[in-house]
Amino acid sequence: MANYDQELDASGLNCPLPILRAKKTLAGLQSGQVLRIVATDPGSVKDFEAFSKQTGNPLLESGEEGGKFVFLIKKA
Amino acid sequence: MSKKLAIIATKGTLDWAYPPFILASTAAALGYDVEVFFTFYGLQLVKKDLDLKVSPLGNPGMPMPMGMDKWFPVLGTAIPGMESVMTSMMKSKMKAKGVASVEELRELCQEAGVRFVACQMTVDLFDMEPSQFIDGLEFGGAATFFEFAGESDICLYI
Repeated sequence: MANYDQELDASGLNCPLPILRAKKTLAGLQSGQVLRIVATDPGSVKDFEAFSKQTGNPLLESGEEGGKFVFLIKKA
Repeated sequence: MSKKLAIIATKGTLDWAYPPFILASTAAALGYDVEVFFTFYGLQLVKKDLDLKVSPLGNPGMPMPMGMDKWFPVLGTAIPGMESVMTSMMKSKMKAKGVASVEELRELCQEAGVRFVACQMTVDLFDMEPSQFIDGLEFGGAATFFEFAGESDICLYI
C-alpha cells in the first residue's frame, strides 16, 4: 500500500455511512493528499468506485487486507 | 452546475424513513443539490422527537424472526404489542449491523446542505405545530416543490 496522509476507519459501518464519512474527511484534506479508508461493508467496494467517478477524486487503490476492504482516494 | 435530486417523502414508518434520508445524504456527498418534500405521513420524519415504528400488519414481505410468520399467519400480525416487538427487534438488528439511526442520517443530510420542505397543507390538516418540527425545516406547497423539481435531474416519490 502506498503512502497516505490520513486514515478513516469505517469498520462496522453500513451503507451509506462509509461514503458519508469519507466525503466529510476528504473535505478537510488539501488537494493532492491521500485518504486511506478501511471498511467492512462489502457494498463499499463498488460504492467507492462510484463515489470516485462521480466526485472526480481518483481511487488509487482498492483491495483487501486482513479480511477488511481498504481504499486509497486522492483528493482532486 | 451540480445535478439536482428532488424527493417526495410520503411515508412515516421506521422502515420507510430510510430511503429518503439515505438517498438524500448520499447524493449530497456526491455533489448533488438535494431537496426533500415531506407530505402526509412523511411529516413524521421531520418531527423533533421521532417515534417511528415498523409493523408486520399488512406487510407479507416483512421477514419475521423465529418462523413467527408460520405460527401467526396474517391475523397474528394484528396481535396487540406486535408492532412494538417488531420495532425494537428491527432497531436492535440495525444497530448490530452498523446501520445508522434515522436521526443520524437526518442530521448528516442537514449538515450536507439538503433542503427540507414540509407540506404546509398537511401540517394544517393534521393540526401539527411548527414547534414540533426540527430546526431548518421550511414550509411550502406544491408550487414550491415544482420550483426545484422542475429543474431536477432525478425526481423520486417515496
